[in-house]
Amino acid sequence: MKTDALLMMLITQITVVVITGYFFYRVLTTPPKPDVEEEEQEDVSQHIVE
Amino acid sequence: MSNNEAWGSRVGLILAMAGNAVGLGNFLRFPAQAIQNGGGSFIIPYLVCFLLMGIPLLFVEWSSGRFGGRHGHHSTPFILDSMDKRKFWKYIGVFGIFTNVAVAAYYCYLESWTLSYVWQSITGTFSDMNQEQVAGFFGDYVSLNSYEPIVFWVICLVLNTWILSKGLSGGVEKAAKIGMPLLLIFGAYLAYEAITIKEGVNGAINPGTAGLNFLWTPDFESIWSIKVWLAAAGQVFFTLSLGMGSIQCYASYLKKRDDVALNAMSAGWMNGFVEIVLGSSVLIPIAVGYLGVDQVMEMTKSGGLGLGFMTLPYLFAQWGDVVSVVAGIAWFGLLFFAGITSSLAMGTPLMGFLQDEFGWKRGNSAVAFGFIVFALGLPTVLFFNYGVFDEYDYWAGTVSLVVFALFEIILFAWVFGMDKGWKEINLGADIKVPSIFKFIIKYITPVLLLFVFVMSVPDIWSKITNVDINDAINQATSQADIDELSKKKLFVNISRAGLLLIWLAIAYMVYYAYNKRKKLGQF
Repeated sequence: MKTDALLMMLITQITVVVITGYFFYRVLTTPPKPDVEEEEQEDVSQHIVE
Repeated sequence: MSNNEAWGSRVGLILAMAGNAVGLGNFLRFPAQAIQNGGGSFIIPYLVCFLLMGIPLLFVEWSSGRFGGRHGHHSTPFILDSMDKRKFWKYIGVFGIFTNVAVAAYYCYLESWTLSYVWQSITGTFSDMNQEQVAGFFGDYVSLNSYEPIVFWVICLVLNTWILSKGLSGGVEKAAKIGMPLLLIFGAYLAYEAITIKEGVNGAINPGTAGLNFLWTPDFESIWSIKVWLAAAGQVFFTLSLGMGSIQCYASYLKKRDDVALNAMSAGWMNGFVEIVLGSSVLIPIAVGYLGVDQVMEMTKSGGLGLGFMTLPYLFAQWGDVVSVVAGIAWFGLLFFAGITSSLAMGTPLMGFLQDEFGWKRGNSAVAFGFIVFALGLPTVLFFNYGVFDEYDYWAGTVSLVVFALFEIILFAWVFGMDKGWKEINLGADIKVPSIFKFIIKYITPVLLLFVFVMSVPDIWSKITNVDINDAINQATSQADIDELSKKKLFVNISRAGLLLIWLAIAYMVYYAYNKRKKLGQF
């Protein structure tokens, strides 16, 4: 491969792999939020009354 | 109302969203677009459009979907309606159901080709064929010279309907959890096979890296071409499934404080990974390895579909009996999983609408989607050679997306209000969204979308006035050709009228549902 093509490919693909991996890592390591179902129901009721 | 759907897990949601975005275009359209628009330097306008248009619209669609879902709405007419008191927004939201139904009508047919080609690969249909025969097989296939296309199409529709009837967590999410990992494995295997092609082995005239060289060699002059920027913007739109209404629908099943920022980034970049890393490493390296640069350049002028279906099966056959079967299953299986995870997303807005507004059960609304797609898709199957398929693709799969996205960004940033919108994006966010995106969403993305739309107007006008077909009729030399082209023009006009009628029918259903809610005192 020519140097400019190889550089273009490697820079782009490594950037995309790193960013994708980073976001996926954050998804897998972020603890789930507590359930706030009841609060949501209240919000919906309020909206309907409005 | 009978809509109690919910996502089972966060990873399942992201895979389903990524599956919605990852489609056949990642493997067939992206490499062809890159080659035709500056090779390696195409990635520069592509990434700029991804940052200025793709990511902002992902934030907007995810957060408006979750906002609408909080108010009990799971389809765009009433999601948009909940964001402003003016009543016309719900009719703009009609696009979010129309586009999905109309695109599914032809997309499921395309998806059925991939399923059929998996079967042909297993049974060794292509093993003794030369390149012309493989191309001829495809021509015969879409000309309906056998019953097979109809059978595989119906199988595909039944499969989609069945999965949708199982619900979000029991159907769509499970399909994504199976389909996406398999797609990645198949893609990685094919990329390895493609890049390791050796010149002179199995009839290859170039090494696999020659294709990569061809695809990634930058032509920096092309960056100054408006055509290249429009192609990049179009590709970003198409690949992320923006402006369709399916992202809002999926996001409407989130809970109030569920994150949208990190989820949107994960799904969006996962699509980018499949497109930029895998999509660029399969089709072109294999094609250039066996056919050479000039032929591939010529073949990609009409997109990657021809290469994918008419050439690749023949090239796989050069790899020997066993590997050709494995490669055929991997390639068409990969396209099938990319297709079905997208078509499932197209079913959910209509289902959400029927469940929310008419109290339909999940199973019934899935069957309704299946029947509607069958009825609308039948003309694309029967009259494929008369341009019906392309017509659906142009109006529903291209123009509609830009129009809807333009309206939704104006609604979000300027009517709903950027301050409120920004709070909505950041509500429950697991990452800090850079504040520059507040400025981009308000000013840059709408202007870019408006630019894309305005630049497309001449093309839209020439389509409406049938410039291409009329030119072809004027240049035709025999009466038979003129008759055939006139017939094509008739089918094209009927398709457009049909699409318009579908839009109007959905708008009427929205009007009916709105009045029903009004009587119940919900507005």
